This record gives sequence, structure tokens and C-alpha cells, in this order.
Amino acid sequence: MKATKKKGLAMLASVMLLFSAACGGNNGGTNTPANNNGGASTAPTTETSASPAPEQTDKQITLGFSQVGAESGWRTANTQSIQDSAKEAGIELKFSDAQQKQENQIKAIRTFIQQKVDVIAFSPVVESGWDTVLKEAKDAGIPVILTDRAVDSSDTSLYETFIGSDFVEEGRRAGTWLVEQYKDASEDINIVELQGTTGSAPANDRMAGFAEVIASNPKLKIIASQTGDFTRAKGKEVMQAFLKAHEDIDVLYAHNDDMALGAIQAIEAAGLKPGVDIKIISVDGVKDGFIAASEGKINFIVECNPLLGPQLMQAVKDVVEGKEIPKRIVTEEGVFTSEDAKRELPNRKY
Amino acid sequence: MKHHLFWPLTVLALLLLFNLLYDPSFFSIKIRDGHLYGTLIDILNFGAPLMLVAIGMTLVIATKGIDLSVGSIVAITGAMACLTISKGADQNALGLVLTAVGLSLALSLALGLWNGFLVAGVGIQPIIATLILMVAGRGIAQLITSGQIITVTSDRYEYIGAGALFTLPFSIFIVAAVFAAASLLTRKTAIGMFIEAVGNKPVASRLAGIRSRSVVIAVYLFCGLCAGIAGLILSSNVSSADGNNAGLWYELDAILAVVIGGTSLNGGRFYLAGTVIGALIIQTLTTTIYMTGVPPEITLVVKAFVVLVVCLIQSESFRKTLTHRWKTRRYPAEKELTRHA
Repeated sequence: MKATKKKGLAMLASVMLLFSAACGGNNGGTNTPANNNGGASTAPTTETSASPAPEQTDKQITLGFSQVGAESGWRTANTQSIQDSAKEAGIELKFSDAQQKQENQIKAIRTFIQQKVDVIAFSPVVESGWDTVLKEAKDAGIPVILTDRAVDSSDTSLYETFIGSDFVEEGRRAGTWLVEQYKDASEDINIVELQGTTGSAPANDRMAGFAEVIASNPKLKIIASQTGDFTRAKGKEVMQAFLKAHEDIDVLYAHNDDMALGAIQAIEAAGLKPGVDIKIISVDGVKDGFIAASEGKINFIVECNPLLGPQLMQAVKDVVEGKEIPKRIVTEEGVFTSEDAKRELPNRKY
Repeated sequence: MKHHLFWPLTVLALLLLFNLLYDPSFFSIKIRDGHLYGTLIDILNFGAPLMLVAIGMTLVIATKGIDLSVGSIVAITGAMACLTISKGADQNALGLVLTAVGLSLALSLALGLWNGFLVAGVGIQPIIATLILMVAGRGIAQLITSGQIITVTSDRYEYIGAGALFTLPFSIFIVAAVFAAASLLTRKTAIGMFIEAVGNKPVASRLAGIRSRSVVIAVYLFCGLCAGIAGLILSSNVSSADGNNAGLWYELDAILAVVIGGTSLNGGRFYLAGTVIGALIIQTLTTTIYMTGVPPEITLVVKAFVVLVVCLIQSESFRKTLTHRWKTRRYPAEKELTRHA
């Protein structure tokens, strides 16, 4: 009895070791604890030095970047782009992962201020509560650039610029294509909409932009709109209910590719052809979405580009050189029909 | 004394009645591509993972425990299975799919054992012990998927969650098998009584000669396995694994299903059939919300309201107060009379 208990303990211990080993393996880079005078420091700061030589010339720009986390493929591509383009631009990047927590991000920014980096850039986890820490950066004379997500601070002098996608514009582009497609329609076109997470900025804005454009044609009607939480499973479940509740759906507008992919499975299960019987518009342009588009299952993809690294590095250089830069820089983004997707698929990075 | 399934069944019937009045096509079932197609079938299919998790949860709750980690186990097993399949040369190979399924189920058993060990071996309170895996599990799932959504193209794997057997979704048969196994084990052998005894009074049952520790470990093990199977169904239904979102908040829906089914959180009694009906009520409610076009901003409020009503009418004391009020309404003279008499 005792022996078996010991064996069990040993087994459990080895299982735990396995997990912790996996943790260590994933981190890859060297983990240096954040140099925080306050004492408690938990925000892991991975330093990826651009120059192979440790000694720095005075001219090299140092950029402190605090990322939201690694919650999706989109985000991973975003991180990758920033790291790669920093290396290319010869900018030393201090990268910190906030793991979806604002307090980690604030800690990271304070660390950057103490390390006297030249520019701080970050993607805010949430919109509010940044005034104090941004004021500290301003007092230290370090310019701040926001990427991907905005802050709701009324004092716009706290940051230099905001680089990111315009979600409303994405919705408008999706709507414009639809209006163009059905400009000669003689009967009502029934649209169903799969919204993103209720209350999130991309969901609100993509919905608003789309509704604004399709209002120009009264034949285009949104007959049902429900949240699919940006996930495939929910997208499928909600679409399946839509298909049962509404006989004649002509168009599906999904706020991201994953929900569209789930919905495609539901449409196929209903014995319909996605892209033919029901036209599908989606936003993002991740790899799986592009594959579906190249197969003709998604008719139109509005890109939401995570590869904003090059634009960020350009802005960083301009700020350091003291050039005047616009308060809002919109990411370069394309739109893709099925044919475009087929051509573009081999070049997709994410 | 009414049968314990009376109220859950009444609620389910009311929900279905509402749908019948709102849109009779809710009940239409057609044959499409050789299998049944309709909203009721969808409810069974999408409700299958929840029913499985809730069945496991019922036994845990019967021992006065709780398992918060089921949602994370769902994510981990789905991730593990999809990773294994995506690594294979031929994703459709039977051997590979079986390996993936076997590996993930073994992993779910190990996670269940871990919970059982913390609760029964170390003596940590269940809510804290399983909270550890609930938090860590999402991280483990994301480690397995490296933060990406893994997509697999394997018809054999897809069969688990989206395939059909005898015109019905295959997942229903899995639920039926697990339910039958759990019912037989708990009601035809002494295990059920052991579980209830441990839930009632662990010390007394141990003094009476029951190995409480083994019983507790066994129920967490079973709960882990159920969550593991649910994870396979969920991920195979959409042919992909999403470590971040798969099974998110599943533990809460499962606990709700158990409670609606009439099992008390105080342990000592459990009703497996009630749990299954509870899970069906939740899934029917979700589908009803989608079908009737409730705006997404208020779906959660609608859901909460229905759940509140369900819980209230199940409460005996609330019903008593209500009937008492009804009987003694507006008869001041009569009240006067009884007071003087």
C-alpha cells in the first residue's frame, strides 16, 4: 500500500516536471527579470538585441515595446512582425509580454522609463487608466506610440501617434463590396451577421461601419445578428440556428475569419454551398480564412493587418529625429476576393 | 411528494412549448444526406459535451466537492488531440486518430487524478484544488497549441463530433454510453451509495469502512475523463483546437446543469437523469435565444432570468410561501375569524 502511494507520488512529480520543462522550452529567449526599483517585479522582459555585439553605439535607437499577450494567431504575427522589422531597421527592441494584464503593462512601461529607452510603444490591454503612467513617460521626455489599440485619454499630448487598423473602415469596406455586388438586385437581400465579442471595439466598429454603408440600399436587410464570440465553435452553433430560423439567407457577414470558418461548416451541414448559395464576407485575413477563400468558400475578405512592424519602426525613427508625424496612422490593409486570395495565399505570413 | 424529475421536465416542456408557439418549424426534422436534420437534433448534438461534463460533475458534487477545472481539461484534450493529428503524415489514418484520442483521454485521466490527489491526498478544499488546474490548464492548452488555432483535416476525427450513426449524431451515442455506464455503476453496484455516504459525512463513512479517499479520487478521475471526451467532441465538431476559447466557462454551465437537475451542492444525493435534463434545458435555452433573435447585448440577462425562475420554482420553500400567500389572499374577515377562534 505504502509502496504504491510512493510510486503514485513519483509519477505525479514527473508529470509536473514535464509541464514545467515545456514552460521553459517555450520561452526561447533569455529571461531577464524586469529591473524594478519598487521591489516586486513580475513582468517578464525578454530582451532581443538587434545588434550581435553587446556594446552599443550612441546612435542606436532603443525601443521598449509592451505587447498585450499571445492570445491569437493574429497577435503572434503582430509580435513577429515587430521583432523582425526592429532587427531590419537596426533598432534595439526591449520586448515585454503583458499576458493580458494592465498592471504588467504599467510595470513594463515604468521599467522602460528607468532604463531610459528612446521610445516606448505598446498595445494597451484596456482603453482606460493610462494617464498616470503616460504622464511619467512624458515627464521623463520619452515619446510614446500606441499600436493596434487606442487609449481613451482626453490628453492627446501624452502620446505621439496611434498606429493601427480602423475597424469602422473595415466594416465600411465589407459593406461597399456588398453594395457593389447587389446594386441591381430586384428583391430583398437577406443578410445575417456574426458579431464579435459583445462590447469589444472591433465588434462595435465593424458592425457600425457595415450598417452605415449598406443603408444606402434599402434592399439590403440584416435579418439576424448575434454574437459568435470570435470563435469557430460559437460561429458554427449560431449559424446553425440561423439556418433553421431563416429559410432564405443570401449573405453572411462575419466579424472575423474564425466565425466564418465555423459558419461554413454549418452551411455545408445544411446541404448548401458556402460562397455560392450563401455569399460570405469576413474580416481579418488569417491563413485558414485565406485557404477557405481560395477554395471559393469565402467571397470577400477585408484584411486586418497585424504586420505593422515596418510602419512602427518608421514612426519611431521619425519621432527620434524630431519630425512631425500624424496623430493617427492607419495600417496598410487590403481587400481580397476569392481570386485575389488564390494568388496571394503562398505569400501569407500568418 | 413528486418525482424528482418533475420540475426539470416541466421547465424543459415549457421551453419547448414556447418554441412551438413562437415558431412551429422548431420541431421539424428532415432527412438530409442520410441523417436527421433539425433544431432538436442540433440541441442534442451541441448539448452533448455539456451533458458529458455535467454527468462527471454530478458525481463530484455528490461527494460535496466541485470541479472548476473541467473547462480547462476540455481545452487541453482538444489541443492535444489536434496537435497529435496535425503532426501525422496522413491525418486521416485510423491509427493516428486512435493514438490522438487515446493520448488525450489518458491526459484527461491524469488531470483528473491530479485533482483527486489534491483533494483527497493533500486535503485541499475542492474549490481551491480544482481552481489551480482551471487557471493553469488554459496556459497548458495554449502551450500545446503555441497560442495558435490548430486546424486538422481528418474525416475520421471529425466523425466523433460531427459524424452520424443510424441517422443520429454520433456524439449522442457517446453521451448515452457514458450515462448508461455511470448509472449502472452507481445504481447497480454499491459505488453510488459509497459516493453518497462520503458526501454526507466523510468521517462517518470512513469509520463505517468505506475508503473515502479512493472514492473521492475515483469521482475526480471520472469527471476528468468526461471532460476529456467532451473536449474531443467539441474540437472535432469544428475540426480545430482553440486553447484560448474552447470550453470557456464550461464549469459554470455544468454546475448549473447539475443544480437544475435537482442535485444539491451540499452533496450526499445525486440525480444523473436530472443532470442530463438540466444540460438539455441550458442548451435549449441557448438555441431558443439564437432562434428568436434576442439582441446579443441582453442574451445573458434573459438567460439569467430564466435560470432564476427555474431555481425558484424548484425550491420547495419558495413554492410553499407562494401557495400560502395565494390561499390567504384578500380575506381579512376570515383572517380575523381564525385569529379570534
